[in-house]
Amino acid sequence: MAAGANLMNNDPILKVEHLSMRFGGLMAINDLSFEARRGDITALIGPNGAGKTTVFNCITGFYKPTMGMISMTQQSGKKFLLERMPDFEITRDAKVARTFQNIRMFSGLTVLENLLVAQHNMLMRASGYTILGLFGYSGYRRAKEQSIEIAKHWLEKADLIERADDPAGDLPYGAQRRLEIARAMCTGPEFLCLDEPAAGLNPRESQALNELLRSIRKDTGTSILLIEHDMSVVMGISDHVIVLEYGQKISDGTPDEVKNDPKVIAAYLGVEDEEVEEVIEQIVEIETKQGGQI
Amino acid sequence: MEYFVQQLINGLTLGSIYGLIAIGYTMVYGIIGMINFAHGDIFMLGGFAALILFLILTSVFVGLPVVLLLLVMMAAAMLTASLWNWTIEKLAYRPLRGSFRLAPLITAIGMSITLSNFIQVTQGPRNKPIPPLVSSVYNVFGISVSLKQILIMILTVSLLAIFWYVVNKTALGRAQRATEQDRKMAALLGIDVDRTISITFVMGAALAAVAGTMYLMYYGVIVFTDGFVPGVKAFTAAVLGGIGSLPGAVIGGLLIGLIESLWSAYFTIDYKDVATFSILAIVLIFKPSGILGRPEVEKV
Amino acid sequence: MATLSYSKESAAGTLTVRALREGFYAGLIALGLFVLFVGLETTQNIRNELVLNQRWGLLAIFVAVAAVGRFLGVAYVQPWAAARKAARAAVVQKEAPEGFFVRNFSKLAIVALVLMPPVAVSLLGVQGSLKWVDNFGIQILIYVMLAWGLNIVVGLAGLLDLGYVAFYAVGAYSYALLSQYFGLSFWVLLPLAGMLAACWGIILGFPVLRLRGDYLAIVTLAFGEIIRLVLINWTEVTKGTFGVSGIPKASVFGIWSFDVSAHNNFAKAFGLPMSSAYYKIFLFYLILALALLTAFVTIRLRRMPIGRAWEALREDEIACRSLGINTVTTKLTAFATGAMFGGIAGSFFAVRQGFVSPESFVFLESAIILAIVVLGGMGSLVGIAVAATVMVGGTELLREMTFLKTIFGPDFTPELYRMLIFGVAMVVVMVWKPRGFVGSREPTAFLHERKAVSGSFTKEGHG
Repeated sequence: MAAGANLMNNDPILKVEHLSMRFGGLMAINDLSFEARRGDITALIGPNGAGKTTVFNCITGFYKPTMGMISMTQQSGKKFLLERMPDFEITRDAKVARTFQNIRMFSGLTVLENLLVAQHNMLMRASGYTILGLFGYSGYRRAKEQSIEIAKHWLEKADLIERADDPAGDLPYGAQRRLEIARAMCTGPEFLCLDEPAAGLNPRESQALNELLRSIRKDTGTSILLIEHDMSVVMGISDHVIVLEYGQKISDGTPDEVKNDPKVIAAYLGVEDEEVEEVIEQIVEIETKQGGQI
Repeated sequence: MEYFVQQLINGLTLGSIYGLIAIGYTMVYGIIGMINFAHGDIFMLGGFAALILFLILTSVFVGLPVVLLLLVMMAAAMLTASLWNWTIEKLAYRPLRGSFRLAPLITAIGMSITLSNFIQVTQGPRNKPIPPLVSSVYNVFGISVSLKQILIMILTVSLLAIFWYVVNKTALGRAQRATEQDRKMAALLGIDVDRTISITFVMGAALAAVAGTMYLMYYGVIVFTDGFVPGVKAFTAAVLGGIGSLPGAVIGGLLIGLIESLWSAYFTIDYKDVATFSILAIVLIFKPSGILGRPEVEKV
Repeated sequence: MATLSYSKESAAGTLTVRALREGFYAGLIALGLFVLFVGLETTQNIRNELVLNQRWGLLAIFVAVAAVGRFLGVAYVQPWAAARKAARAAVVQKEAPEGFFVRNFSKLAIVALVLMPPVAVSLLGVQGSLKWVDNFGIQILIYVMLAWGLNIVVGLAGLLDLGYVAFYAVGAYSYALLSQYFGLSFWVLLPLAGMLAACWGIILGFPVLRLRGDYLAIVTLAFGEIIRLVLINWTEVTKGTFGVSGIPKASVFGIWSFDVSAHNNFAKAFGLPMSSAYYKIFLFYLILALALLTAFVTIRLRRMPIGRAWEALREDEIACRSLGINTVTTKLTAFATGAMFGGIAGSFFAVRQGFVSPESFVFLESAIILAIVVLGGMGSLVGIAVAATVMVGGTELLREMTFLKTIFGPDFTPELYRMLIFGVAMVVVMVWKPRGFVGSREPTAFLHERKAVSGSFTKEGHG
């Protein structure tokens, strides 16, 4: 449903080619290739332990992949090979931001300060790497005001404006999730990686999250890659779904295509390949029965 | 060659003492993640207890066999040091458990200052020399090995064997390892965590007291400041070996003993501590978790 | 009713029994702890042999204090404390508006410090004021400055540095040696010493900042020791344990000198009687200015992106990296900035003493400075200043307590107990207030209103 708006520039923003990641004897990712298109919301799904977070950590530089290439092409056409860059440069230069499965807040800083830390690099430049700022350089003062405006914008988007001056550690779980996304957006990313943003949210919060993600894409044109277990989020907002199992891609397509892929069903239900047909038959049977009852 | 082997033996002796102290550091660190800065002073306290026992025994029972003398000194030192460490843990460290990470460290530094100054105030600031206890020296292939060195190494090895057995084979050791892994879960499974931690402190102190007795016997002198330098070296040994790992502590101790004696023998004695600390820094820079330490996996 | 009073009585009875039992155990433990160390004393006789002195009376006092103290604690203090806690919990805590004194504490403190020397001089005379200006004022302010410097590293960036005294030593020796060998003046060397210390901070910091937590702590401790050992052993340059003496005095910006023979001597220029007190008063204002500079820079930096990045680093390093912050350079700047203030304080120390030796830069100094930072409440400048005053001033005060000699006899030397009491105080304060005197944190920016962040949210870093 959402794909239509971005048909114009459907070039890939992120290209993962033959990515492999080995931990000791364990092959966490095995020859994985996929693409995320500009302006799309791409979802990465799969059973627990399929290697989704490892893919994220490779993209964002927290792990160095054993093999493979990850390239990111910015709107301007500038291309970055992410597997060669240290993590902070991936955010700073390649404009890839991320959130974490276990929320990582600066819990002793206020909500507003969290968002200002995210604008560190812009503010550092504006303050002449601290030296000019120390002497009250006016350009820095302007940049500071601007950074607060940006923070305010995202606080409003994430519905956190009321809590701006509270310590981040004091926020309820759902608000912390939204704050983490707002914080990532304050780095001005072109590509946003969200690791289970809906985990632990109640249905209403999940709905609000959907809204937030849609508006991020619509207003900023940021492409999104998300790992998610909550199928209402995945099917509701993503344009493109990639399914991983045991570190390999088993399916890749639109939500509808993936939903009906026998391999995906088998992966989620945990059956051998030969039994897939059988399982699908059973599912169909159950569905028709239920349908009949209604 | 003989000179080299000679220095090797000297280094191993010194290293045994460091290793014994280092075990206390590494165990406490392993179980509650705290640098027990006062541990070096517990070692010094043990040495003083042995010294006082020596003076009592030699003045009351003249002509006591040396073996018996050493055994009683050691036992008294172990008892006293253990009681001190037990009390310190209970009064100063336990209330801070689970709080702010730096609070126990500062408390331990405060405890270290307290203990060394307590000994200074009660026993005086001067060096305390004693006549040599064991003076036989054996000559093997041109290498002189003193009985003290043999005693220290035998004692270290046997204590380590006992210790290894306790930690790996007994219910107590299992409780310790469980508490180390996950204190809350261990408590839920019915392990008396407080008691386990107390016992860990007692065990560490007992080993430090043995080291203190050995130190007194080996050098024949002790002073109230003697807790600091061996303490820091032993802690260095624990870190070098990989903090939290028992064999690592011993290997680290031996390594530091060897570095020190070989450096003094072949280079300049003035810079032996500089050499020790530099090697520590270099090892940690290239292998941040020490020689036998489990690498810290960065969970993202 | 009857059963109720009965159970109350029996509760009181069992409490007493319990207190007696606990008191007995405490006495027993104290006996075990002190029997060897207090009951007996090792001293040398005329032939220089060790002999034992018996002090059973003193041991009895120790044991009795422990037993009675524990008994009273269990029987009276604990129930009282519990009752008070319950009573406090029952009353809804109303936040009292902060008084004028609390609100303007730092301003009042600065005014008081500026006024202190003239007040001391007018009350006690020029010579009489020396003790207060020098022993208390300058001594405490040096520690305040050092602790504020270390606070940048430990309190803000959350990097545990156990070798801070190394930078203090670098600063002190920079001044001592450069002024002797090259004849450079204090005002040239003061910033130079700071810069040299900062360079050392970067040199030492660069390889080790990859390490985390306690590994960083031990390596910084090792570096502190290495620098001290080099100062001891590099005798051709540093004169080893003898130290460097005859370090030239500072002048008032080169205009007035404090050398007695100089034509532009301060006292001569103003027609005052010769006294060393003027120099001390000048030094007092100098260290006050340097300490305030440290505080000013810290406050400014906290509101700048770099300061916020330091605090963010303390909270969560991985999140910092995910936001594009170069954590290595961020840590290095914290290390270097802290080192710079340590170096400046060091060159002040050298000029004040006129003599430096490796003796002044032992690990204990690092420990004391770190203790002041933690006792004050990490990150809080006011808390740290209070902690420095209490800990350093308190132990200095002990020197003054000559009246104790009338109680404990003429052999009693209070100085001997100075470090013992310092150590005990460290333990007691930490157990009583693990987060230090000021546990909360002031936010660096706000939208609607500035609210202090409770200490329970802030983290202390892993590095």
